[in-house]
Amino acid sequence: MKASITLGKVTNFLGLGFFSTLKNLFTGKLEKEDFKVLLRKTIVPLASIVLFIGLWHLGAKSLYNIEAKFKIEKALKDQGQTAAGALKACIASGESTCQPNTLPSPAQVWESYKSLLRDHHIISADKAAFIEKTAVLNAKRIAAGKAAITYTGRPSFVDQIFRSLQTVFAGFLLALLIAVPLGIFIGLSPTLKSAFNWFIQIFKPVSPVVWYLLVFMIVKTLLIDSNEDSSFTISFISVGFCSMWATLVNTAMGVSTVDKDYINVAKVLKLGTFQKIFKVVLPSSLPLIFTGLKITLSVAWMVLIAIELLAQSPGLGLFVWEEFQNGANDSNAKIIVAMFVIGIIGFLLDRLMLTIQNWVSFDKTDAI
Amino acid sequence: MAYLELNNICKTYGQGANEMEVLSNINLKIEEGEFVAIVGFTGSGKTTLVNLINGLLAPTSGAVLFKGAPVVDTSHERGVIFQNYSLLPWLTVEQNVLMAVKEAFPEKNKKELKTIVADYVEMVSLTPAMHKRPKELSGGMRQRVAVARALAMKPEMIIMDEPLGALDALTRGNLQDEILNIWGKDKEPLC
Repeated sequence: MKASITLGKVTNFLGLGFFSTLKNLFTGKLEKEDFKVLLRKTIVPLASIVLFIGLWHLGAKSLYNIEAKFKIEKALKDQGQTAAGALKACIASGESTCQPNTLPSPAQVWESYKSLLRDHHIISADKAAFIEKTAVLNAKRIAAGKAAITYTGRPSFVDQIFRSLQTVFAGFLLALLIAVPLGIFIGLSPTLKSAFNWFIQIFKPVSPVVWYLLVFMIVKTLLIDSNEDSSFTISFISVGFCSMWATLVNTAMGVSTVDKDYINVAKVLKLGTFQKIFKVVLPSSLPLIFTGLKITLSVAWMVLIAIELLAQSPGLGLFVWEEFQNGANDSNAKIIVAMFVIGIIGFLLDRLMLTIQNWVSFDKTDAI
Repeated sequence: MAYLELNNICKTYGQGANEMEVLSNINLKIEEGEFVAIVGFTGSGKTTLVNLINGLLAPTSGAVLFKGAPVVDTSHERGVIFQNYSLLPWLTVEQNVLMAVKEAFPEKNKKELKTIVADYVEMVSLTPAMHKRPKELSGGMRQRVAVARALAMKPEMIIMDEPLGALDALTRGNLQDEILNIWGKDKEPLC
């Protein structure tokens, strides 16, 4: 009983309230009211997902037919009846060389997803075998002061997902470390605010592509001697600079709009400057700071894909671009798989921030 | 020389065309051990006067003298209880009072401070609520915590700005008696 109450509290805390309703259904404690809520919260989303997949399937099918018809007519015009007939038979048989290139159907996307997972397992096995084989050799090389031989095979889809996650967290951390202290100083001092205001207003709307180029120029020169792959460095720095403005502005606003009552308390208790900042100003502005951080993380995840594409950093952005350039028959499906993965990870990251925000906020309201 | 003196206090808000004189030529002398109540309609300048006495505001002209010295800023010697309680909502009752006591007695160690806090929270009958946050308390309880916080600093004078204004009539009656009791025990001037 106690465990189930705690589980209920935890799932509500994490913003996944409908799981607790589901749990109630199974433990038989469901009230009539709750049942209606259950219908609304689980059945309706499930129904709309099924409807969405159905509409997608119908749309993909009609696009497929349009593209197939066009191809056959073109073959008829250019090469004559027999070629057109052969093409028609080819398309109908599902032969991969002549499939129309258009929006893939849900079934195709699911197939691509499974093939990406298989590919990942194969590559992981290869990598493990490689590490085993070279373990002895590498030990000797390290002992002799030489660099170890590393696996230089192509990264799998899951590896690329991890690379993207690493980049987004590194960028987010950079944004946090720059924007929060700077925001606090700007919020506390009107002089600093005037000094920085023009800077913030001009650089805030700059597009991620331009940020990438700017960072590339600077980092390339700074790392001119190193022959390491600087794509990760350039990526996470660009992501950090693109996304830090929301945190900066929100922190400054939170700090400068601390309730006058709390400032009066600090004055009456005669708190020192440090005490005032850490014990009154910061806790009072934490909700706004966290709202800024939440926006920063979602912006970082969004610009990450574009920046990875430009920086050729082996993450999801590069994956999407390469598949697009490839134009292989299942590339479109793989791009759609990547789209869903990006969306789901973005959703989970947002929930993570919401959980941390709830944990830290003292009024425990669900912020936007 | 009176304990607290207000000499020809004038306080004006705003500038130029928007100038509004809230207090004009206020003179007041309070002796040690007195209990003074200042009444007036809303907007008559009670909060302004109170903030001039406790040091949160400076007069436009005139002087506020406490024990002979001009009041320039707030001080631990003048405890304040605000109209809106002003408890820090992210701290528990104990932490709120502890923060005040730590500032007032920087030389004491943590255990002594906690004992003082426990004593004063006991005095306002809120020991069961020691580890609760303000949002879990009723209005009357929050105001009692504010009273405990002000008293725990052992000020020479306590200044209360409409402390019972946000409470219902029943609680107001109870708290009025409690404040008189506490004043009876510590005998600081109340204003």
